[in-house]
Amino acid sequence: MCRGSPLEGALDPGRVGQNYCGALTWMENIKRRYSLAGVTMTEYVSTTPGLFPLPDWAKDDLSDLKGHQKHDLISGDEDEAITAAYEEAREDVIDVQQSAGLDRVVEGQLRWDDMLAHPLAVHDAVETRGIVRYYDNNNFYREPVVSGDLEFSGDVASELETAAELADGDDLQAVLPGPYSLADLATDEHYGDDAEFLGAVAEFLAGEVDAFPDVETLFLLEPSLVEEPPEDGEDERASEAIDRVASAIDADVVVQPYWGALEEKVYAHLLDADIDAVGFDFVANQDDNIYNLQEYGATGDISLGLADGQNTLVEDPEAIRDRVDWVADQLQVTEFETTYLTTNTETFYLPYGKYVEKLEVLAEAADLAEVTAP
Amino acid sequence: MSTNENKDQFRPDDHANDHFLLTTVVGSYPKPKWLNRAKELYQDPDHGFDEDDYQEAKDDASRLITNEHERAGLDVVVDGEMRRNEMVEFFAHRIEGYEFNGPVKVWGHNYFDKPSVVSEVEYDESWLVDEYEFTADASDRPVKVPITGPYTLANWSFNEAYDDDDELTLELADLVNEEIEKLVDAGARYIQIDEPALATTPDDHAIVGEALEHIVEDIDEDVRIGLHVCYGDYSRIYPEILEFPVDEFDLELANGDYDQLDVFKDPEFSKDLALGVTDAHVAEVESVEQIEENIKKGLEVVPPEQLVVSPDCGVKLLPREVAYGKMANMVEAARNVEADLDEGNIDVERGAPTPADD
Repeated sequence: MCRGSPLEGALDPGRVGQNYCGALTWMENIKRRYSLAGVTMTEYVSTTPGLFPLPDWAKDDLSDLKGHQKHDLISGDEDEAITAAYEEAREDVIDVQQSAGLDRVVEGQLRWDDMLAHPLAVHDAVETRGIVRYYDNNNFYREPVVSGDLEFSGDVASELETAAELADGDDLQAVLPGPYSLADLATDEHYGDDAEFLGAVAEFLAGEVDAFPDVETLFLLEPSLVEEPPEDGEDERASEAIDRVASAIDADVVVQPYWGALEEKVYAHLLDADIDAVGFDFVANQDDNIYNLQEYGATGDISLGLADGQNTLVEDPEAIRDRVDWVADQLQVTEFETTYLTTNTETFYLPYGKYVEKLEVLAEAADLAEVTAP
Repeated sequence: MSTNENKDQFRPDDHANDHFLLTTVVGSYPKPKWLNRAKELYQDPDHGFDEDDYQEAKDDASRLITNEHERAGLDVVVDGEMRRNEMVEFFAHRIEGYEFNGPVKVWGHNYFDKPSVVSEVEYDESWLVDEYEFTADASDRPVKVPITGPYTLANWSFNEAYDDDDELTLELADLVNEEIEKLVDAGARYIQIDEPALATTPDDHAIVGEALEHIVEDIDEDVRIGLHVCYGDYSRIYPEILEFPVDEFDLELANGDYDQLDVFKDPEFSKDLALGVTDAHVAEVESVEQIEENIKKGLEVVPPEQLVVSPDCGVKLLPREVAYGKMANMVEAARNVEADLDEGNIDVERGAPTPADD
């Protein structure tokens, strides 16, 4: 179960319960941290899970060009004027990431009107119906109803192609919904069986990934693993589906669940997938995430959601760095090859100016972490 | 026929029927197009249309819509919230401690200026007393004042200043209480707290109840306090909400074709029920007969003296003529049902609630 994790055997079982139930606050824990200098070779990589807010000018322009109603949302075959507006906006957000000094650059997913449901919402075999709530947020997307075979689309690959040109040699990161979340956000009226549908979504995403240009990293966003946890049997299938997508790409794959911690069994199964890192939303939940890490170990890399993607309060870079240290303290090991520092969630929830500030903080925090951990 | 003093204070002197099913609206109403145009002119720095001009336009619109509610025959009127832009923004602009950082997405290209609470929230200028006094002057009928509730004000903001949203909710509840005191001093007798956020997170009903305790503190019991909760999974808040210190619950049930009506039958609905009898999301005017049937659904839950008749929700997104048609038909339907009740023609079976056992 806990294959080759750096945590295996590193724990005193007596500590686990104490820490799990201790419910110490960040500050108390930060005060308790001890120096880690000299024991790590970790590379700290600042990045984001993508799905950025549109620049304010683009909010206005695209409102005018597209309209405000359900049938005005992105179709996948938008006209020249709309395409041009998105291209300009894409340039803006890539420039923001480069100026901030992030270690990975994402395309921004500005066209994803339906958030993580986007790859299906623009698919030919999918009909979009009513507006439905996006998880537990005051946000909504079109319900994608799958009514035919999910064949290759190439929508996300073509976004990445243009981003690759703009990235100008910087390390590019692809972003996709994980298969479990994408299947969870959609309605199946074609495959007729949950397991078959999940498999088809994974196959579809694997095909999309296969068409990607060279990327350094792939983030698979899997909030549904927390919000609608898979049940017995389904958890194993979710892991296999993720494995299918991850195996289709020659890049580091990070699976990022959020809005809490994974249930133990779900986490344990996830570790069976051939992935490089699991993400942890330490903004929403500290104790259960630490418990999972202590109890089940981890992958060779780790992704830490430490800046709040849904609050305008901009963290100090030092505070983020301290949280990195805090996590390391709890685990008593610091041998992750790569530690990704990111917001816990997508950032489209934020006003544009605050989103820019969050990126700057992440880049600075990663630099600080490198300095304190030579 | 038993009476309900709190509700009957709004009964018109010349009410034609013995029974009285109070008719009102939730609050918002379509703005006349010229008011939106006036706002654009006011916001255009190159235009001479100044603040006084815009104020005059808002006054005119408030008079117009209050009068439109009177023409529709409503017993209790509102100005249609002509002076308010968005239900959180409007209040956040008037409360110390809030700041605005720009628009955020709700869905597609629909955005709102979600504010941030950056320091302790404090009461500064009055929020609604001017609006109330103006509307009360413009009408001979009783005026209801809708106020966005503290749970929604907290939940639909970024919270940078408080340890958790519950703490912020209770602080805001104290400010709402202060505002209601001022409104009552100005003569208001009917206050409605709007908590649409509760519909999306129904498990949070306890904090909404606690906030309401703060809201009604030292408010005269004769003042009618209602709570509007939009469509959601009502089974997750009922019967707990019966403990809330309010006189009336305003519920959105036409939207779901009364599929959740049974939720409120057991245990017995002990407050007044302001029943949504026209759908605020369908741009077609329901017939008088249809609305009569909807009103009778309410009589399955409460006796006539506890029933209030209202649209499901604010009607501001409907075409104005449709909104008016719904109000007018709603009032006609209510008067017809009252007359039928007077004549003993309506025999509605209200389920006997299960007796409390062990």
